[in-house]
Amino acid sequence: MSTLLGQSQLQETFELNIGPQHPATHGVLRLKVTMDGEYIVKAEPVLGYIHRMHEKMGENRTWNKFWPNLGRLDYLSAIAYNHGYAGLVERAAGIEVPERAEYIRVITVELNRIQSHLLWFGAFVLDLGGFTPLMYAFDEREQILDLLESVTGSRLTYCYFRFGGVYNDIDDDFITGTRAFIKRFRPQIPMYHDLVTGNVILMERLVDIGHVSSEMCRKYGATGPVLRGSGVNFDIRKNEPYSVYPEFDFDVPVYTECDSMARYMVRMKEMEQSLRIIEQALDKIPDGPYIAEKVPKMIKPVKGDYHFAVEAARGTFSMRTVSDGTNQSYRMRLRSPTYSNLSLFEEASRGMLLADALAFMGSLDLVIPEMDR
Amino acid sequence: MDELIRILSYFVGIAAFLGLNLAYLGWVERKGAGHIQRRNGPKEVGPYGLLQPLADGLKLMSKQLIVPDNADRILYMAAPVLCMVASVILFVAIPWGENLVPREFDFGLLMIFSVASAAGLSILMGGWASGNKYSLIAGTRAVSQSVAYEVPMLITAITIVMISGSMNLNEIVRQQAGGFWHWNFLAFNKSIFMPISFLVFFTCSMAETNRAPFDLGEAESELVAGYITEYGGMGFGLFMMAEYANLMIGCSLTTILFLGGWQCPFGIFPGPHWFLIKMYFLIWCFVWIRWTYPRTTLWGLLNLSWKYLIPFSLVNLLVTALFIKVF
Repeated sequence: MSTLLGQSQLQETFELNIGPQHPATHGVLRLKVTMDGEYIVKAEPVLGYIHRMHEKMGENRTWNKFWPNLGRLDYLSAIAYNHGYAGLVERAAGIEVPERAEYIRVITVELNRIQSHLLWFGAFVLDLGGFTPLMYAFDEREQILDLLESVTGSRLTYCYFRFGGVYNDIDDDFITGTRAFIKRFRPQIPMYHDLVTGNVILMERLVDIGHVSSEMCRKYGATGPVLRGSGVNFDIRKNEPYSVYPEFDFDVPVYTECDSMARYMVRMKEMEQSLRIIEQALDKIPDGPYIAEKVPKMIKPVKGDYHFAVEAARGTFSMRTVSDGTNQSYRMRLRSPTYSNLSLFEEASRGMLLADALAFMGSLDLVIPEMDR
Repeated sequence: MDELIRILSYFVGIAAFLGLNLAYLGWVERKGAGHIQRRNGPKEVGPYGLLQPLADGLKLMSKQLIVPDNADRILYMAAPVLCMVASVILFVAIPWGENLVPREFDFGLLMIFSVASAAGLSILMGGWASGNKYSLIAGTRAVSQSVAYEVPMLITAITIVMISGSMNLNEIVRQQAGGFWHWNFLAFNKSIFMPISFLVFFTCSMAETNRAPFDLGEAESELVAGYITEYGGMGFGLFMMAEYANLMIGCSLTTILFLGGWQCPFGIFPGPHWFLIKMYFLIWCFVWIRWTYPRTTLWGLLNLSWKYLIPFSLVNLLVTALFIKVF
């Protein structure tokens, strides 16, 4: 018999290498897990398999040339990252954004958020061993992608925003299509709850599993649904309002159970709230230009230190830049939500069963390229 | 001489029937999964994708057999064969019709239970011999699973034996003659819990065949592919076919013990067709459940067995004994 198995028989614990290629990690995350039977003693995430130096790229190319990178961080809610960068540079260079452009931004960001949550929903239940909900979620997601494709030109790695507005105006087809989608998608959410949420097995796997207290969130800087599932009411859209979000009436779903189920419910409710925001935005959208007219071709922000944060699908995405007055950034820093969300995995997963830990990891909603940047 | 012809014809018949079923149950599963998931399922190879199993089989057979460096060569190769052989042997005892049974054993039920436990052994063998930690975990899981589920399954089968007074599968079916109210799952005069014990047996056979939601041995989100992680080509193919063979055995046994085997629900024209209808209906239920439910955890599975199914089966055993004594 091999030495590999021989050793593990003698030791109390053994090491299991999950990833970088593993169905549960949804990307190139690697977990070095020390196991005691089926229990996890220590799970150490190893990052860096898809590191592409986005921050450094931001420092050695002009402000405009950094746009395509934003679509390749979190490929599931790329438009929110567009929004973060647009907001940052507009704040730095003092560019005014027309109101219509802000409305278009909000509509596309929220559609993108629903799309991201739908994919998470499918992939999460797939992690739990249920394959069918993925197909149902993709059915709906496909329609959002079609809508977004018609205005942005791409389906996944969006590069839609520009300084002072957006690249392309939305047309009547998009508005009617979005209204039709909302009408179709609303009744689907209760169906998802019927199919998935009430299921005995799902409850057994999610309720009281993966406890993440608000202290732990604070310690590791977790944001987004993970934080709101731990009972902290924090959403950048409400707490540090940006764009035209203050004009909409929406709730921030907060659950105090701190378990995987709470995080699941937060995301399901967020989809409903995003639908509300889109509906209001479609009603209120003003006429006017979709991009500011006087945006200089070569942007040179005043010397200084700038910061801008948005609520992406996975939590707070904030960008910070130090400008030295040239057409490039002196220092660029991206703070991505899932990097912080994963950091708590090591502490929270101690003593868990392997199956529970992977379900818990699914509930954190990880996107690896965004973590590695 | 007659005996030889009989053996040969049954051998050929079962091999053909089994070969057809193992290939096309895969097709049924994929097609069923497709329709449950709002997509088509296989449709390119042949009309309705009917030639897909042939294409799959050819592909699997033409693949190179790779034995991993870490693996124990002999056990690694033997495991899928053992798994398949054990499931095929079981078909010798299944009474498809009144006179359509390869070999009528007096202890048919006992024979099925004893040979069927080889499936659990072969999974452990394959998992251990692969020399992969995922496979090893899957193998150990499969063993604790089959130990946990064979107990309530056996106890439930014993209640049926007590009712029928025989372990002969033909005899058990014969006693359920008449309309569907004579079938064992509605035999309230034997024990008031019969419908529930039918469900217990059904659940246990689902767990015994390693089907979702109890497919912990091949939980792909945790253990990549479980005990079949290191198997490719026909090694994998044999494990898959053995899974369907076990599925058929589980459903046949449920049909025989609870649903009156070849008996017609209305008491007219009993025959093998009724057996097949019932068996395929149960198989379809397995497919349906697999594509609807998420997977349980090992703990959830063991809890279900030791905390609910086994105590219930014991109570049912006592109640049945009481009923037999009193009435």
